[in-house]
Amino acid sequence: MQRWSRFNIASIVFGFAFLYLPIVLLVVFSFNESKLVTVWAGFSTKWYVQLFHNQALLDAAWVTIRVGLVSATIATVLGTLAALAMTRYTRFRGRMLFSGMIYAPLVMPEVITGLSMLLLFVAIGFDRGFWTLMLAHITFTMCFVAVVVQSRLLSFDRSIEEAAMDLGATPVATFLQVTLPVIAPAVFSGWVLAFTLSLDDLVISSFTSGPGATTLPMRIYSQVRLGVTPEINAVCTILIGIVAMGVLIASVVSRRREIQRVKDEQAAFAH
Amino acid sequence: MKSLGSIRRSFAPWADPTSVPFIAVKNVTKKFGDFVAVDDLSLNIYPREFFALLGASGCGKSTLLRMLAGFEQPTSGEIILDGQNLAGIPPYKRPVNMMFQSYALFPHMTVENNIAFGLKQDGMPKADIAERVDQMLKLVKLDKFSKRKPHQLSGGQRQRVALARSLAKRPKVLLLDEPLGALDKKLREETQFELMDLQQELGLTFVIVTHDQEEAMTMADRIAVMAHGKVVQVATPPEIYEAPNSRFVADFIGDVNIFDGTVSAVGEGTVEIATQTGFTVRVASSEPPAKGAKASLAIRPEKIRVSRDQPACAPLNAAQGEIWDIGYLGDMTVFHVKLKDGKVIKASSLNAVRAVEDPLGYDQEVWISFDENAGVVLKD
Repeated sequence: MQRWSRFNIASIVFGFAFLYLPIVLLVVFSFNESKLVTVWAGFSTKWYVQLFHNQALLDAAWVTIRVGLVSATIATVLGTLAALAMTRYTRFRGRMLFSGMIYAPLVMPEVITGLSMLLLFVAIGFDRGFWTLMLAHITFTMCFVAVVVQSRLLSFDRSIEEAAMDLGATPVATFLQVTLPVIAPAVFSGWVLAFTLSLDDLVISSFTSGPGATTLPMRIYSQVRLGVTPEINAVCTILIGIVAMGVLIASVVSRRREIQRVKDEQAAFAH
Repeated sequence: MKSLGSIRRSFAPWADPTSVPFIAVKNVTKKFGDFVAVDDLSLNIYPREFFALLGASGCGKSTLLRMLAGFEQPTSGEIILDGQNLAGIPPYKRPVNMMFQSYALFPHMTVENNIAFGLKQDGMPKADIAERVDQMLKLVKLDKFSKRKPHQLSGGQRQRVALARSLAKRPKVLLLDEPLGALDKKLREETQFELMDLQQELGLTFVIVTHDQEEAMTMADRIAVMAHGKVVQVATPPEIYEAPNSRFVADFIGDVNIFDGTVSAVGEGTVEIATQTGFTVRVASSEPPAKGAKASLAIRPEKIRVSRDQPACAPLNAAQGEIWDIGYLGDMTVFHVKLKDGKVIKASSLNAVRAVEDPLGYDQEVWISFDENAGVVLKD
């Protein structure tokens, strides 16, 4: 058995406090009666009610969700194709350059990505708005999808594709019936990652969006500049709730699947 | 099965000049960059034959199999299957199916869907697919497991699913890539006989790749021993074992003692070789080398007798030595005998009775001897 030394307990308390104290404060003050963020004046849910009457905030949320869903989907398709190309065609000219360029956006400062896209849109005379926002989000989330899918493909047993072709499946049928179903979990987690990144992006969105296409993070940021209101706390609390729910569901599902798999294997060897 | 056995004994289309090969590999070369995996190789495989490609890893046997399946294209040469040139025909249009070493089962499909996969690709009606899948499941005795997924099966069961899947389309040729490699010894031996029976029952042509000589010897009608991308010898298992055409084959298949020497006399169907070990051997040889030529005698351990007394044939085909090591294997005992010049040879004897009175012990002075037709002359 491991001993709980004082040092261990202290590390855990401080570590968790460091990570979660700000969030706990934010959640607590979202239920504050008072308009003053730092003074507690009793429990109330009025800010949540008010939130649903704030049309500007609701519009921003709707834009964010639409951009998130569409850009994550397109980024997943493109990212998966890129990952396939990089793991399958290992000998084409300029592969090193190509794979380096795929990873670059991961480490590129967002300010630079945002600025360069802004310059591009201005240069080609593309009016900034919903579609430029969408394009920007596809661009920067695609590489994350590519990385996730690529790591799955590296451990993918190519012989099952050969088996499919050997049994008469054309390359397209092989991809749709064998490759895609097998890598689907990685593709899905790529999609979730892309969606999440798109959801909370502020910097690139600020550079690339235009009138009528304000995202939720942009709206929150601009309101905070006028002073933090409990309403903002309420929005953030809802966002935290959604994210926490997602993480919880994902981990429960994968845990269950793991338990099922172990059971199945035991059953197989019992026979 | 009795009748099949007798058919088997008379099955030798390769000896009949009028029979047409089913698969003809003609001067096939395959290069990967500078590396020559298969080197100007030619082979004929006949209908209903169980043909084994045997060799160490890296000898090109798997590459040859993958060229038959269509996963690799020959750099030069051609492969003819049933009169059709396979050049440029993709794997999904070839009338061959392959059983993979890793089994390559589709992890997301049940056993029955795995087996049905190939039939669905051909657009076979659903009722027919169900019937065929049922039939295949019964054939490999997995009817109770049809709804399971591959990870819910044991290794032996997965192997049988892979077999059923590759046979479901009734291919003209079944290619097997080290099909039994992942099974434990007992299961492997059982499965070898199952595969042989299955091949007889279905009347298919099997081409198997293996590095396990026992497996090849047990199952195959003919074996092609491969090394460095070339075929060294193609022959039936008894021919390969009893009449290897080269030092490599003699050494590769089973245990062998090799005595190097010079031809000292050539007689009527026999040849005498003065060995470097210091004794003279007389061996039967249909094509004896000329007098004075260098030649070697290859002789299997089980064909060497070990005795305390001087054998009648001495000094010909006999030498003195002492017992250096004894390995008791149960069914037989292996003796390592150190000859006068220090050369250690292997001799094995069957333990036909349960207890031998006064058995041979360590360091004992013994004679080794063998018959004129026990060994094979290898020309260098």
